[in-house]
Amino acid sequence: MFEVMSGRYTFPKYNLVLFFFLQLGLQSVKGVWPLPQSFTISSERYPLNPQAFYFAYGKQSAAQEGCSVLDEAFKRYFSLIFPDYISGRFYSEAIFILLYTLCLSTGLETFSQLVYQEDFGSYFVNKTEIEDFPRFQFRGILLDTSRHYLPVRAILKTLDAMAFSKFNVFHWHIVDDPSFPYQSRTFPDLSAKGAFHPMTHIYTQSDVRRVISYARMRGIRVLPEFDSPGHTQSWGKGQSDLLTPCYRGSTPSGTFGPVNPALPSTYKFMATLFKEVSSVFPDSYIHLGGDEVNFSCWKSNPDVRAFMQKMGFGTDFTKLEAYYMENIVNITTALNKTSIVWQDVFDYHERIPKDTVLHIWKGDPASYEAELSRITKAGYRVLLAAPWYINHISYGQDWRNYYTVQPLNFSGTEEQKKLVIGGEVCMWGEYVDATNLTPRLWPRASAAAERLWSDEKQTSNVDKAFPRLQDFRCKLLRRGIQAEPLFVGHCKHEYQGV
Amino acid sequence: MLKFASLLLALSFCQGRQHHNINNDDEVVPVFQASKYSSLWPLPQKVQISEISFKLSGTSFKIVDAKESSAGSSCSILQSAYRRYYEYMFGSAKKQWGGKNRRADLTELHVWITSPDSECDAYPGVTSDESCESFYGGLETFSQLVYEDEYGAKNINSSKISDFPRFAHRGVLLDSSRHFLPIKVILANLETMAMNKINVFHWHIVDDQSFPYLSRTFPQLSQQGAYHPYTHVYTPADVKMVIEFARLRGIRVIPEFDTPGHTQSWGKGQTDLLTPCFSGSKPSGTFGPVNPILNTTYDFMTQFFKEVSTVFPDTYVHLGGDEVDFTCWKSNPDIQKFMEQQQFGEDYSKLESFYIQRLLDIVSTTQKGYLIWQEVFDNGVKLKADTLIHVWKGNQQQYQNEMANVTASGYQTLLSTPWYLNRISYGQDWQGFYKADPQDFKGTDEQKKLVIGGEACLWGEYVDATNLTPRLWPRASAVAERLWSASNVTDIDDAFNRLSLHRCRMVERGIPAEPLFSSYCPHEYKGV
Repeated sequence: MFEVMSGRYTFPKYNLVLFFFLQLGLQSVKGVWPLPQSFTISSERYPLNPQAFYFAYGKQSAAQEGCSVLDEAFKRYFSLIFPDYISGRFYSEAIFILLYTLCLSTGLETFSQLVYQEDFGSYFVNKTEIEDFPRFQFRGILLDTSRHYLPVRAILKTLDAMAFSKFNVFHWHIVDDPSFPYQSRTFPDLSAKGAFHPMTHIYTQSDVRRVISYARMRGIRVLPEFDSPGHTQSWGKGQSDLLTPCYRGSTPSGTFGPVNPALPSTYKFMATLFKEVSSVFPDSYIHLGGDEVNFSCWKSNPDVRAFMQKMGFGTDFTKLEAYYMENIVNITTALNKTSIVWQDVFDYHERIPKDTVLHIWKGDPASYEAELSRITKAGYRVLLAAPWYINHISYGQDWRNYYTVQPLNFSGTEEQKKLVIGGEVCMWGEYVDATNLTPRLWPRASAAAERLWSDEKQTSNVDKAFPRLQDFRCKLLRRGIQAEPLFVGHCKHEYQGV
Repeated sequence: MLKFASLLLALSFCQGRQHHNINNDDEVVPVFQASKYSSLWPLPQKVQISEISFKLSGTSFKIVDAKESSAGSSCSILQSAYRRYYEYMFGSAKKQWGGKNRRADLTELHVWITSPDSECDAYPGVTSDESCESFYGGLETFSQLVYEDEYGAKNINSSKISDFPRFAHRGVLLDSSRHFLPIKVILANLETMAMNKINVFHWHIVDDQSFPYLSRTFPQLSQQGAYHPYTHVYTPADVKMVIEFARLRGIRVIPEFDTPGHTQSWGKGQTDLLTPCFSGSKPSGTFGPVNPILNTTYDFMTQFFKEVSTVFPDTYVHLGGDEVDFTCWKSNPDIQKFMEQQQFGEDYSKLESFYIQRLLDIVSTTQKGYLIWQEVFDNGVKLKADTLIHVWKGNQQQYQNEMANVTASGYQTLLSTPWYLNRISYGQDWQGFYKADPQDFKGTDEQKKLVIGGEACLWGEYVDATNLTPRLWPRASAVAERLWSASNVTDIDDAFNRLSLHRCRMVERGIPAEPLFSSYCPHEYKGV
């Protein structure tokens, strides 16, 4: 108890007592992650008073009050900037109002990382000049909700963390062989029979809407992937005649292969499903998959073989795959959506619309660089994921490998390089679920985030990045993101969960 | 009515829930099939499960002391274990599954402790009574037999189980120096150890990076040597809490205070303890291992280990002794002089032995036994006959040779080399941990008997509160079964099936144990 009640802006006595125990270091921020394009920090600093601080729209700002995304962002970032602000607890020698023009919520993120707290608890920001824009427009993270179901909360948490690293695309690999958790309005049997559990392990329409609007508030697009014709085992459970029956000799073996490309009903089903998908997911892109199609089942099926003959494909099953993919791409084109497909589709044939984006996922640097070169030479836009398969883990600081990737280091013209629209970190789900997703993703994905956002010349030194990333990781912890450590050390505020 | 005796359990069991994973023709994927042992983990020594099932109701079910039991309601460890296991079995279901009018076949579990002297307030020990092991093991096994049917009701099948552990020392090492581990994290993992019948928590509490142990005798050690003197330390109350929490789960807490190497953080709070390194003829300002030539060093160690021996009740303490780097000792002129006096020549391992020898003498006076890392044995230090040698180095052939050598010299040993769980790789690496066997080396039966067990080690370079639990479990569960179950329990497919269910059980109990492969749990992890 204190006999003298301290006034709002006076120095309470207990702070003076603390003075003797705490080291008073001159603190500043270690930097911003990902690094802005141009960044000059001065030693001149301003105290921030949480009680008087507010965000205001600049006079020249295109957005003004009433812009819900920004108004929401202001609210969110206020508590991120002042993490332990409790009304009345803080004081300030001067009331300081910051006027800051913000066009993007990413600018807000940068600003929030510049604010630091001294041991006394007061907040400061140094006078800083920043000019910033992303190097690539597409900076994505893939989550796989089929191999393990991820509760909506885990997805929302990831969206939070994505915004902190300035990722702007959530690639939702929503269905695959093991399960079909997307609850379709038109085909409810798909999840009723194809999900791990029809009630507890599904994404309802309102779940999906919630994810989309949560992402939108954070400047993140949601790109759904409905991968076909391979990776569709779970589809077959709720939709009969969709998958190809495999044969052993002259009789069906009871197992099923990829989607059956020989039946007109297949394309009718796909047209209906993608019509639904394109209205549920507002993004103008849809990922159609098209990877790893195994031909052995198609080959075994007499009806498929008859179809091959009819179409004049001979024994080249890549032509059948091409035929199928063209049909699917045409369906989405008719729905005014741009398609993204895995690189396999380019590798097997080239009759796809020019605005299709190819997604590179295979091989070592030499082979993906060659693929980048080939695809851009053919005039297609391309996305790079191969070096960022973050589900692959190994002992030690593997973030360094993700950091030192050079996405434009392939032989090609300037025009070709411009066709690289960005990259994606993929967290495939074989060994990942809600128990370990977050620490496995962060801060390893943040290494890729800086590669995709920042200038490569300014961020080529991985050892220089290390302390800044360590500091950023502690910021993530402070914000409740369970980001794992890079190496020995500690954070002032350790993770408080288990 | 069921009898639950110390070594004989008459219980019941069933086929468990069945999860069907997608069976993909194209890829070779592990396929889940229900094991005939359902979700039992680690597998008991003898299991007979019948088809006859009984219903259990959360409202009427009780765990009680049998009349004949030698321990009763005054025994706090029993009572708190009863409550814990009741929560495990009915915690999630008791709300919806109420109503006394619902029929329950089985209403009481009788716990019959047959051991004549049941030490309710004692600490679990090395030789400690098998009754203790079987008590915790038995309750855990019983809870593992309870399963939920499709209506959400709890069932148990009539079963006969007779069980005991293969090895007495089944440990997990956590490293709280490279990263500080909040108490909550340690407690959650003790809880999980109990679910896996792990009975030793090897607390690698201090190391080069930080000294979080708040010593009453030398408070400056953590004051100066911890990452933060208040937020990143273990106070005496914290340590007590960990020990008590472990005791209530039948887990021993063995602290490790590693010297003379791995002691950089000690030097910050204790001047003249570490060897000053020299560059040329001048001190370089850096420090090496503990300085073995000063009497003050031994005075310090005497006082320090006197405190440790009172704070940690276990009869063993781990003294480390690994990875001593001689370069700093070599650079120091005082040490060179001392080497000459002692006629050690250029053999610095003799100096190391000199230090360890004196340290062991000091610790012996505290009436504690000790564990040491294998180097101390390798360097030929004279050891008490009851010293436990902890093998951690080398590849398979090397550690098997080491086990042979150690046991041939008549020492007891425990193995960690194949179970460095901090080393991660892509895929199902638990299978490698599962296949290693501590008695798999060339030696006589007498030698094999000297293997008291093993430890899964989770060193802390890349691990803290954020990722420790999913990294440890269920990978450490693989080690747990190797150390508990009979040596012929080696069917990897059956293990996969049981372990998948066991990991879902841990998840249901609130532990973020990571998945083995594509699959799902009926109750996914909620703690995101």
